[in-house]
Amino acid sequence: MAAVKVYGPPMSTAVSRVLACLFEKEVAFQLLPVDMSKGQHRSPDFLKLQPFGQVPAFQDESISLFESRAICRYILDKYPEKGNKFLLGKGDLLGRASIDQWLEAEAQSFNPPSSVLVFQLAFAPRMKLKQDENAIQKNEEKLGKVLDVYERRLGETRFLAGDEFSFADLSHLPNCHCIVNATDRGGLLTERENVGRWWKEISSRPSWMKVVDMQNAPKA
Amino acid sequence: MGSIKVFGSPTSAEVARVLACLFEKDVEFQLIRVDNYKGTERKPEYLKLQPSGQALTFEDGKTTLVDSRAICRYISERYPEQGNKDLLGKGTLERASIEQWLQTEAQSFEPPSSALVFHLAYAPVLGLETDKMVVEDSRRKLAKVLDIYEQRLEETRFLAGDKFTLADLSHLPNAHRISTIAGCAALFKERKRVSKWWSDISGRPSWKRVVDMQNEPPAAA
Repeated sequence: MAAVKVYGPPMSTAVSRVLACLFEKEVAFQLLPVDMSKGQHRSPDFLKLQPFGQVPAFQDESISLFESRAICRYILDKYPEKGNKFLLGKGDLLGRASIDQWLEAEAQSFNPPSSVLVFQLAFAPRMKLKQDENAIQKNEEKLGKVLDVYERRLGETRFLAGDEFSFADLSHLPNCHCIVNATDRGGLLTERENVGRWWKEISSRPSWMKVVDMQNAPKA
Repeated sequence: MGSIKVFGSPTSAEVARVLACLFEKDVEFQLIRVDNYKGTERKPEYLKLQPSGQALTFEDGKTTLVDSRAICRYISERYPEQGNKDLLGKGTLERASIEQWLQTEAQSFEPPSSALVFHLAYAPVLGLETDKMVVEDSRRKLAKVLDIYEQRLEETRFLAGDKFTLADLSHLPNAHRISTIAGCAALFKERKRVSKWWSDISGRPSWKRVVDMQNEPPAAA
């Protein structure tokens, strides 16, 4: 049985970030369910793994970690020889720094507004919660500005950190996928020429398609 | 003169984070002050470096970076043998723990703390309205995060383990401002372990040097 365990529903954007990384690295893992509707994420056992009561939680033999981007970095660090060896660059510090920078851009600039849109437009209706029109409008504007920067950047390079697919691109997969496929605001990405091209390329990677299959699989 | 240049104002949290790291690593650098609030013209060359018009640019020879946490990682990796060698730990396990708490700082600590700093410290000075609901919401969120820190710091001396690392350093700028705002400082004071941790990390010589730079009067226009 695989020593690597990921806890959380594949629908969760943060969980799917970790799954994408594991598939890129061809690292075997078990995905264990956490029933958030039953409050499993607040149980004492779970809080030992993830003190913030969020998903994903992660274990690899005796080590446990939280924060999806930290988990991904750990996987990339621990299994450098497996699967895609270039997610953190080719060993040069400059290449690595560029990837780190765009990863931070994802976390600090892209993630906040896109997460609000994902929640308001895709999850809130499902959870029968009222949508906040003001938040939607504000964050759509914010995200638009971020994507304008991406549009310029992707006119200069094929992927965000350079001309190779990296962890920085991977980190964007979950929220982008949701916006394009589960909301009516997909145009934010698809109607920008370079961003649209980039989205098409990164979302057709086999590793991401495996994650999407997991998300779409009927519950056992 | 070293090859490192930092562009920005030390009062910016992003800039301060990088300065703290440079001091910890004993790495020489030049600070070129760019004061946002004096309405400095955003020259085209400057905008080329900072596509989103951010408050910080970092140059090391041919390398240019604009994100403070990426810059800190870069400095720690580029100068492993200088100054504090523990900032990113040794080996995969230590690094993983540091990354985990570095992400926690960025995802869970930064948003509510910077919202509080903006609404309670900057907005009044800039003549902007303070949004009471945002303040209350942020205070509540920050309190919850600090409760988890309080629990964590019963097990370890610093966030990632028993040594001061980049994970702790990353908190310095916003935590410092929070601690100077009446009505927010209590968030730390009410928590015994968090108080001790804050006292330890803010008492480091590297941080004191950054605070001195922040308190220097701006150069005449």
